[in-house]
Amino acid sequence: MKYKILFFFFFISFAVAAKQIVVCQSCTVKTIKEAIKMAKDGDEILIKKGVYKEQDIVIDKPISLIGEKGAVIDGNNVGGILIFQTNNFKIKGLKIINVGLSYTIEYAAIKVIKANNFVIEDCIMENVFFGILIEKSKKGIIRNNKISSNRKNEASSGNGIHIWSGEEMKIYNNVMFGLRDGIYFEFVKNSIAHHNLSYNNIRYGLHFMFSNNNEYHHNEFRNNGAGVAVMFSKFTTMHHNKFRLNWGSASYGLLLKEIYDAEIHDNLFEQNTIGINAEGSTRINYKNNTFLRNGWAVKIAGACYSNIFTHNDFMNNSLDLAYNSNINDNKFDNNYWSEYTGYDLDKDGIGDVPYRPVKLFSYIVNKTPEALILLRSLFVDIINFSEKVSPVFTPDDLMDNNPLMKRIND
Amino acid sequence: MLKILKYSFYDLMRSRWSYVYFLFYLILGFVLLFLNNDVDKAVITLMNIIIVLTPLIGTIFGVMYYYNSREFTELLLAQPINRSKIFMGQYLGISISLTLSLVLGLGIPFVLYGLFKSAAIFNFSLLLLVGAFLNFIFVALSYNIALSTENKIKGFGYAILMWLFLAVIYDGIFLISLVVFNSYPLDKFSLAATMFNPIDLSRILILLKLDISALLGYTGAVFRKFFGTNFGMLISMGVLVLWVVLPVLRMNLKLRKKDF
Repeated sequence: MKYKILFFFFFISFAVAAKQIVVCQSCTVKTIKEAIKMAKDGDEILIKKGVYKEQDIVIDKPISLIGEKGAVIDGNNVGGILIFQTNNFKIKGLKIINVGLSYTIEYAAIKVIKANNFVIEDCIMENVFFGILIEKSKKGIIRNNKISSNRKNEASSGNGIHIWSGEEMKIYNNVMFGLRDGIYFEFVKNSIAHHNLSYNNIRYGLHFMFSNNNEYHHNEFRNNGAGVAVMFSKFTTMHHNKFRLNWGSASYGLLLKEIYDAEIHDNLFEQNTIGINAEGSTRINYKNNTFLRNGWAVKIAGACYSNIFTHNDFMNNSLDLAYNSNINDNKFDNNYWSEYTGYDLDKDGIGDVPYRPVKLFSYIVNKTPEALILLRSLFVDIINFSEKVSPVFTPDDLMDNNPLMKRIND
Repeated sequence: MLKILKYSFYDLMRSRWSYVYFLFYLILGFVLLFLNNDVDKAVITLMNIIIVLTPLIGTIFGVMYYYNSREFTELLLAQPINRSKIFMGQYLGISISLTLSLVLGLGIPFVLYGLFKSAAIFNFSLLLLVGAFLNFIFVALSYNIALSTENKIKGFGYAILMWLFLAVIYDGIFLISLVVFNSYPLDKFSLAATMFNPIDLSRILILLKLDISALLGYTGAVFRKFFGTNFGMLISMGVLVLWVVLPVLRMNLKLRKKDF
């Protein structure tokens, strides 16, 4: 308690001591760089309306950078713009545009290096290479930002929010579009991303690499190369997200590669070419997800063990499940399958006949992709039926023993 | 020719089977929309039915009509009328009446359920167009078979076999060849193979507009590039027209030499 009070007074004195430096075209301080030079720890720099053509602004003191409405920093497509190398800073309400493109240096609108306790909020970044690039930092909050670009290919575009080696980040209410990856977590721990919207990105809406113990929820990913890619990560929780319209050749709603112990629940996968593509994914619980009108709802490519699918809705997908081997170590139970044709005599809401989600046709398509052209042909229906009666090619034990008769999330 | 067309048309319109066929589609349309209440999804289900059933009905009607009206045809042949006019009149009479049953039977429920307000109107019209093509194609094919076989039972047998071949067996052979020649580039082959079967061609035409366009993209750019564009659409339509024209031409050739 004593410490808390001390802490409180410390902050009060801190706030009183802080002064404000105003930057505007007609003030004594005309550039942001000047203002930063003048500023002392804890000061606030208020940037008034106007366009400031500055690059490589290095901020090495714990200060706040506040933009008035209409304050724009224009990088003239030359290089990076703001570089923070300090703890306890805050940036708010600025519009930052035109970050330079480089194939060797990662230029960013806001670059943060080795910082603790910072806030980046209400900023608009347009025509960026990288939007926010954070290196080796902890305890950052990134909220209510809008980051966009209009680059055409992967090589010449950067990521919206890129965190390389970070801990305890909170990223929420941001909008990202036209970038390479909307959000990229690389070696990030214990972080959360929620209520973000990521769309029209060239590669992924959200990308995890070597990042453990993270969570993302209530985000929406649409029209990206792939909605979310989670690779080489452990203990990731994904819930209440929407993966929509990731439609095109080699497009996925959710791409899982080498991940362990994840929880995937209450998500919506709608109209993706492949809803979930899982490869080398082990001990993952899929629960309460809805797969609506995807090409493939779930595609399991190999080395996927001990995954459990329960209480999911599989609605009107062209193919519910694709498997490329006939060995199965995953469990399907209590799901709703719109193609289930069984009956429920005892009226307990559970079908009396098990459902086999892997059809012979989806097995064939896996081996010979060209065969897809025969989808919905009468012949295919006939062979699917005969395979259903006596499975030969598809995994014998892969079935839902208790298929539900009614949709779960109607 | 118009007179004969009119006669066959009215004859068929009066017959019970046209009504049964019409009612079947009418009920089907209503039931589908009642159960789904979503025009988009109903179009997909409908496609499965049209692709299989329209050719079958066309085939059976064609053969049946030819054999049943044989005596009347012989009577007509005794008159000073051009042979090809008689048969073309009959052929068009059957095709048009079948198409009418299809279009009206499915059109009425869909229009009542607000098709014009839905975005599916293009898909639906494509579906009906393809259905109409299938009618014309399969009536022509079955007329060819009937003209070439005197024996009724044999004629029926061949006609059904033809349907079975195009609807089921062809796809089987297609699939097997795809699997066997897996290690070769198969894009062009499968593209060509679909052209040689009107049922496959119409199925893919509709599917590309509905649900698998992106799935095909996964398979190979060739399909998407070909069928996805207006050019591909035009070519496919052209091939469907050829599928009508060629059997009709053969019918006329056969007629000239045939001894009744």
